[in-house]
Amino acid sequence: MSSYTDTLSTIEWPDAQPRSSYDVVIIGGGGHGLSTAYYLATRHGITNVAVLEADYIASGNTGRNTTIIRANYGIPEAIRFYQHSLELYQGLEAETGAEILHQTKGIFWVAHTEMAMRTERARAQMNTACGAQTVMVTPAELKELVPQVDLTGGGRYPVLGASHHLQGATARHDRVAWAFASGAARRGVEIHEHTPVTGLVRSADGGRVTGVQTANGPIAAGVVLSAVGGRVTAMAAHAEVRLPVRTHPLHAFVTNDYAQGFGPILASTELSCYVSQTERGQMLIGAEFDSQPSYSRQSSFAALRSYSYKITRLLPFLRELRILRTWAGICDISADYSPIMGETGVDGFLVTTGWGTWGFKAIPAGGEGMAELIATGRPPALIAPFGLERFRRDHVLADQGSAGTR
Amino acid sequence: MLWLDCPRCGRRPIDEFTFGGERRAVPDSISDPDERDFDEVWIFDNPDGITTERWFHAFGCRRWLTVRRDTSTDTVVEVA
Repeated sequence: MSSYTDTLSTIEWPDAQPRSSYDVVIIGGGGHGLSTAYYLATRHGITNVAVLEADYIASGNTGRNTTIIRANYGIPEAIRFYQHSLELYQGLEAETGAEILHQTKGIFWVAHTEMAMRTERARAQMNTACGAQTVMVTPAELKELVPQVDLTGGGRYPVLGASHHLQGATARHDRVAWAFASGAARRGVEIHEHTPVTGLVRSADGGRVTGVQTANGPIAAGVVLSAVGGRVTAMAAHAEVRLPVRTHPLHAFVTNDYAQGFGPILASTELSCYVSQTERGQMLIGAEFDSQPSYSRQSSFAALRSYSYKITRLLPFLRELRILRTWAGICDISADYSPIMGETGVDGFLVTTGWGTWGFKAIPAGGEGMAELIATGRPPALIAPFGLERFRRDHVLADQGSAGTR
Repeated sequence: MLWLDCPRCGRRPIDEFTFGGERRAVPDSISDPDERDFDEVWIFDNPDGITTERWFHAFGCRRWLTVRRDTSTDTVVEVA
């Protein structure tokens, strides 16, 4: 046993098949589904809840992301929401008692053109005004804080400056899922793995969702929440809800161990890639999602080649490392690049989706908000702007630039 | 999906093309114009399977292609 395995969470799994009825059924045992269940149980005392996961928990995007926690978004609604999530993450080990390997590292967002510098300056002002502490640093300061960086950007992407989001952090993704699952299960929530939901049960007039279909028959529910990642379009279609969502693959890879150590998180909008070091010493690199939608989780050589080219302009030492593992996830990208949380227009059916490439950092705040919506029937102020009806009211939350993607 | 068969330029790497979005069938009649506009602007079919979409050969002939692609495997079925 090591200190790593000593601190693993344990989950009380249900010893029987799902019952025929629950107050709340959550489809999808990823971060958002599990955190919603956790906050329903802890904050609102609602424990007659089932989380139905098609595979094993955190097998989707919760276990495939690059584990970055940050709040430096471009619009006030998003900054406040993600800042709250960042703060919940800071207190998560104390609250759940689970070790999630949370580490505050700081994020440098590098700019290579005057245009990007203007964007970063504006974003730093906006972030600080909304509570997410961000300052600008000069190339010389960046070099002092991150000695590995090549300020000429390989001669092609010169570094003109960077914004420094001080509270940026990382945490171990599967441990976050297990922390919420463990806390929820201890309070009576049932987490059923390998239980795919094949459809939704609707009332005779179709106006209300009353449960879900599984291979072992229907399960009735007062409220059904879709916390599905990737295949949400098909899930919502069962209730005739159409979503402004496209599903794009995103690739990532890790290298072998970098023994010298790399402290911060480094990102660049123009190169659209980001890098940090995992707690095991591997360098973890991700970039923009594929331009064309797809449900394929096949890693592509083209993506690896493009990411490697870009990130070695900034950090030449990565050339000496080898790619150890590579994988892909399928991300729900909403039409305005902001998440969609709340009601769908069909009674009894809620969604939390559009988590694109920014879902991991939002797991605590997203779950807390959805739990309050389910318990009280009203969305709390932090998540209210993110409702699906914003598209009909033309109150979209356009925030593509801060997504770390293009 | 690494290559696209451009009818004018032949087999070219995918980096030369830009994705132009899904191409929806035009309905024969529109009963609710507002709903149709909303759908056209914001909503995506986002199918898990065969989809028809537009691609622009940006670094080639600079013409638009209509491509049928299987999104479950990300493979091209047909280029027109």
